[in-house]
Amino acid sequence: MSPDLVKTIFGRLTWDAIPFHEPILLGTFAMVALGGITVLAALTYFKVWGYLWREWLTSVDHKKIGVMYIILAIIMLLRGFADALMMRAQQALAFGDAAGYLPPHHYDQVFTAHGVIMIFFVAMPLITGLMNLVVPLQIGARDVAFPFLNNFSFWMTVGGAVTVMLSLFVGEFARTGWLAYPPLSNLAYSPDVGVDYYIWSLQIAGVGTTLSGINLIVTIVKMRAPGMSLMKMPVFTWTSLCSNVLIVASFPILTAVLALLTADRYLHTNFFTNDFGGNPMMYVNLIWIWGHPEVYILVLPAFGVFSEVVSTFCSKRLFGYSSMVYATVVITILSYLVWLHHFFTMGSGASVNSFFGITTMIISIPTGAKIFNWLFTMYRGRIRFEVPMLWTVGFMVTFVIGGMTGVLLAVPPADFVLHNSLFLIAHFHNVIIGGVVFGMFAGIVYWFPKAFGFKLDPFWGKVSFWFWQIGFFFAFMPLYVLGLMGVTRRVSHFEDPSLQIWFVIAAFGAVLILIGIIAFILQMVVGFMKREQYADVTGDPWGGRTLEWSTSSPPPAYNFAFTPVIHEIDAWHDMKQRGYERPTNGFIPIHMPKNTGAGVVMAGISIVLGFAMIWHIWWLAVISFAALIVSAIVHTFNFKRDYYIPAEEVVRIEDARTEALRSLA
Amino acid sequence: MAHAQTLTEADNTRFHLTEDHHPENGTLLGFWIYLMSDCLIFAVLFACYAVLGRNYAAGPSGADLFDLPIVAVNTALLLFSSITYGFAMLSAQAKKVTPTLVWLAITGLFGLGFLSLELYEFHHLIHEGAGPQRSAFLSSFFVLVGTHGLHVTFGIIWLVTLMVQVSQRGLGVEMKRRLMCLSMFWHFLDVIWIGVFSFVYLLGVLK
Repeated sequence: MSPDLVKTIFGRLTWDAIPFHEPILLGTFAMVALGGITVLAALTYFKVWGYLWREWLTSVDHKKIGVMYIILAIIMLLRGFADALMMRAQQALAFGDAAGYLPPHHYDQVFTAHGVIMIFFVAMPLITGLMNLVVPLQIGARDVAFPFLNNFSFWMTVGGAVTVMLSLFVGEFARTGWLAYPPLSNLAYSPDVGVDYYIWSLQIAGVGTTLSGINLIVTIVKMRAPGMSLMKMPVFTWTSLCSNVLIVASFPILTAVLALLTADRYLHTNFFTNDFGGNPMMYVNLIWIWGHPEVYILVLPAFGVFSEVVSTFCSKRLFGYSSMVYATVVITILSYLVWLHHFFTMGSGASVNSFFGITTMIISIPTGAKIFNWLFTMYRGRIRFEVPMLWTVGFMVTFVIGGMTGVLLAVPPADFVLHNSLFLIAHFHNVIIGGVVFGMFAGIVYWFPKAFGFKLDPFWGKVSFWFWQIGFFFAFMPLYVLGLMGVTRRVSHFEDPSLQIWFVIAAFGAVLILIGIIAFILQMVVGFMKREQYADVTGDPWGGRTLEWSTSSPPPAYNFAFTPVIHEIDAWHDMKQRGYERPTNGFIPIHMPKNTGAGVVMAGISIVLGFAMIWHIWWLAVISFAALIVSAIVHTFNFKRDYYIPAEEVVRIEDARTEALRSLA
Repeated sequence: MAHAQTLTEADNTRFHLTEDHHPENGTLLGFWIYLMSDCLIFAVLFACYAVLGRNYAAGPSGADLFDLPIVAVNTALLLFSSITYGFAMLSAQAKKVTPTLVWLAITGLFGLGFLSLELYEFHHLIHEGAGPQRSAFLSSFFVLVGTHGLHVTFGIIWLVTLMVQVSQRGLGVEMKRRLMCLSMFWHFLDVIWIGVFSFVYLLGVLK
């Protein structure tokens, strides 16, 4: 074939894109391929494809979508953490004459992929998954407002994750850092496919995130059970509402700024170039107008989890419910007024820097109020140190340290010294691991019995907690020290041997965290094996206070046979106190949304579209884009989107529960 | 769990509904929130135009390039299409299928007219060497105006889809809701265009 024809068919995709010469990547590919083939073969052997397709992949049930989000997050956590271990190992080894084992161009991809994966494909699916699983149950709804969109959002998130993973084996990933600042990310300095993989994976996943944000806002605003006024909503639902408002009010900015970068790279426009009037700092401003709210998108739901866990495991109502709600709302608003603290060194002048420094410090006030509320809830409570409570206490200790180093960085003159140093790296891992990760783990352990009907193994849960907790301090406290000594981030080789010991300690900490991750998975495996012993028949294993604990574990597809009516903040606690008896007759048919495969199809086409754009395969891009539009239009012609669960079916399910509860008594 | 007291049947039903519970439909609220998120995308593009709009890089400025009469016609086409969409909604409220379809078709034609003029303008500018690559001013101009144009394009595809569905299914609750969503979208694009017309074209020729 003529080279022109090959170029037309394959764009810039050639055999060189496959990393045959990189043993690490080739090994990883072999492992992933082997694992993937094993899983696919097992699914075929046990003939579960049909079941998976009907009951999970095409499901519009918010609980199953929530579970799938969390599974995606845990899988991506393994990838993101593998990147972390590689960085820790490289930095512990590469001193003086030793070059380490990662060449700089590979190291740069590793730290970029680590950041992108951990934020977009671990933390985001964790919070979206948990919100999906829990919020409709907490507000007494049968599903979310737009069940199909929910399924579609999930698959778009998967589409983004698949695109990132593809970059590992076909081509390469960005070497720019997780926010891909221009001019480095522009065509002149990153002409290859790395940044394009970055852009398209985030755009595909971003569609899902924005839509799921809209979906959950409408769900919370419109679908609360009768009697649940805003100030009677569970705190997790409140923080979810604020988090989703932040998603809708910030992700479009990311979409737009990445689209502008795309225009620079594909149409040769001059938004962020150095010449022809472009302005790279425009990108930095815009991306942080998304980026700072993003950290609150992640941490607010975690705060919600801690609020639920603290009041449940102290058997007390939450101290200061209203102040908790107001603090959440204040954080939501303030999160938009601080973005410039990420680049005080831009040189915007003393007045601008002072404004953003002060607003940043002010955020610590509502956050501090929350910490005190949790402490006062614990004060004179009957505290049960179950695993979710351990994560919560661990959070309070760890997060306060991270918060204080944050206030330190908010002082512009101090920031001029610490900007882009390992001190900053230590700070944001301190708040993201100590806040978001610990919160999500607390939430997973807390709500796991609700989702699956059995508790996780507490022994491995505690092992996981202690290894994470101790491992975190070993891994990141040395980085504070190194940062204060002036070591900057994103460096793959060092000359000064006196620094090495700190990197070795940090690498040791990373190994402890690895054990914590293994134990985290083991608590699920062991819990599954002992599921008879850990079974939760009551539906209320922890003595919960909110509505999700009033239904069975796992809940039936319709969540509640009768829609609950709410009179108090802790609705289920109130019902228990007043001797509420679960209704056992008078069941009626229930109106439910129907499953659909449209989400899987459209997300699949989006991956193809992204791949075609990344590799400049224009004919494929045009076809897949047209296919995307057509499939969306075809979906709108499907008007049979709901069905009724017949009353007999409801009777059968509810009678089985009545029987189970009776055998318990 | 310890029961504080035993409730009578009536007290027990304080805590649940015995009838089917249908929450209010959230589609219009959801769509409105989507429009606000879309508005933020335009906000970013306007912000870029505000920052970069005078970076001509020794190239042509708005005063050199913009042809106000064409833009005025364009604006009129789009504003009239909003009125005709309003007439379509009035017919839909009255459950008259044919007038609804006719007004929707007229709206679509106005939209197409708007797009053709915009494409003509773009073609003309690029032909004169004032393409989006020429300067940051032109980059931000083309992307802002072009993004609006893309929205109008999708609006027209959507409009045709809805015309097919209305002719198939008549004007039930569901179809009226869909027409209402597109109505909000269409008027929203008008509002954005007024911003573009004032800030980009009118201020552009003043300089």
